[in-house]
Amino acid sequence: MRADYILKLLENGERIDRRKLDEFREIKVETGIIKKAEGSARVKIGNTDVIVGIKMNLGAPFPDVPDMGVLKTGAEFVPIASPDFDTGPPGEDATELARIVDRGIRESECIDLEKLCIKEGERVWEVYVDIHIINHDGNLIDASALASVAALKTSKMPELKEDKIVRDKLVKKLPVNHVPVAVTVGEISNNFIIDPIKEEEDVLNSRLSIAVTEEGKICAMQKGGNCALSMEEVEKMIDLAVKKSKEIRKFL
Amino acid sequence: MGMKTEEKLIVKGKRLDGRKPDEIREIEMKVGGIPNANGSAQVKFGDTVVIAGVYGPRPLFPKHLQRSDRAIIQCRYNMAPFSVEDRARPGPSRRSIEISKVTRLALEPALFLEDYPETVVDVYIEVLQADGSTRVTGINAASLALADAGVPMNDLVVAVSGGKVDNTIIIDLCGKEDNYSLADMPVAYMPRKKEITLFQMDGGLTSEEVKQIIKNILKSGEKVYEKQKEALKKKYAE
Repeated sequence: MRADYILKLLENGERIDRRKLDEFREIKVETGIIKKAEGSARVKIGNTDVIVGIKMNLGAPFPDVPDMGVLKTGAEFVPIASPDFDTGPPGEDATELARIVDRGIRESECIDLEKLCIKEGERVWEVYVDIHIINHDGNLIDASALASVAALKTSKMPELKEDKIVRDKLVKKLPVNHVPVAVTVGEISNNFIIDPIKEEEDVLNSRLSIAVTEEGKICAMQKGGNCALSMEEVEKMIDLAVKKSKEIRKFL
Repeated sequence: MGMKTEEKLIVKGKRLDGRKPDEIREIEMKVGGIPNANGSAQVKFGDTVVIAGVYGPRPLFPKHLQRSDRAIIQCRYNMAPFSVEDRARPGPSRRSIEISKVTRLALEPALFLEDYPETVVDVYIEVLQADGSTRVTGINAASLALADAGVPMNDLVVAVSGGKVDNTIIIDLCGKEDNYSLADMPVAYMPRKKEITLFQMDGGLTSEEVKQIIKNILKSGEKVYEKQKEALKKKYAE
C-alpha cells in the first residue's frame, strides 16, 4: 500500500517527505569520534547513520606493486541497523557497498599509497577502512563514501619504532591527495532522484552511483537495480551526479 | 589473569586515570538513537562506548525455534573493527560468542517473556570504542534498549565490573587495568531484589576479596541504576 503510494508520488515527480527530486536530506558530518581509531567519521543523512573507522597495520605489499601501501575497505551490515539485516558474514549488498567505496578511494588516488611504503617489496602500511552501518534509511553508498573520505582526511598515522607500531602515539597525517565523493542517482519512470530513503529505494527501477573528484572527474561508477537504462538516461544521471557532488563536498 | 607489566597501576592510592579504587568512571547514557530499532540506547563508561538496539518482540523463523508458551531472546555482542587498538577482524569470535550468551542470560530473568509466545526479542550490542568493561557496558545499554522497546520487565539490569590490580580491589576496570589485572569480575544484577544474573571471574581472589568486590559492585550499581532511570525519564519527558 505505502509502497504503491510512494511509487505513484515518484512517478508524478513528488516525494513522500516533500523533498524535491534532486534534494538531499539534512547531512551531518562529525570526525574524530572514535579514540581508538587512527581516523573516524560519523555521517548522518536524514535517518541514515554510518560510522567509518580507519585502522592502520603493518603488512606485505602486493607483488605487482611492491612500493605501495595497501588499502582494504570492508562494510558490515550489522543487524542493529535494520530489521532487514541478518547476522552472519557480509552478504552481497555489504560487499558491493564496500567495493564501490573502495574503488572511489582507489581510483581517485585519494591516499598516496607510495608514501605508505616502508621497505620496498617487504613492508608497507595497510589502511583499513571499516564501514559500520548504525541505521539504514537508504542511500548507504553516498553516506559511506562521504564518511570514508571524511575519516581518511582526518586520519593520523601511528609512530613506527623498530618495526613496531606505537598505537598511542600518532605522529603525522595520513597522506591524502584527492577527495572523491559519491553521488547515487535513482531512476523511476524517467524521473531521476537523489538521496532516496529506504522505502523509495525499494521501488526504484535502477540506480547509478558515481564517484567524482574535486576536479569534477569521474573515478568510479556502478549501476544497480534490475532495470535497464538508456544511453540518454545514463548521460543525464552522470550530469546530475557531478552537479550534486559539489553540494555534498561542502560537508567535508 | 592478565599479562605482566612493569608499570604500576596504582600510585599513591590513585589509578592510572586518577580514580580512587572504588570510583567508577564518568557515565553517560542516552536512550534512543537508532530509528529503525524498536528500542535503543548508547552508554559510555569513560572511553568505552556501546550502543544497543532491540528488535521485537517479532515473529520468529524458522518456526521450530518458536516456543508456544513464551518469547525467546537472542543476543549478539559485536565489536566494531575500529573499536580497539589493533583492528578486530569482523565477525564472531570465541570471545564474542560467549559474551553474547552470558549477556542473554543476564537479561532474560528481567523480562516477562511469557507475554509474547512464538516471538523473538533480538538484542544487538555494538561496541564502538573499547576501553575495558565492554560486556557490562553492553548489558546496561541493552537493558535500557529493552525498556525503550516497551518489553515488559520486572526490573532493569545493572552491570558493573570489579577486580584486583596491584593487590588493590578496584571497580569498573579500564582497558589497561583489564589487560594487566590480577582478577577481573563482571557482575550483572537486578537491583530491586538484588538478584545476580551474570557472574564471571578470572584471575585469583580469596573468598573474602570476592565478597568485598560484590559489595563494591552493588554500591556502584546504585549509581548506574539511577543513571539508567534518569536516561529513560529524559527520553519520555521529551
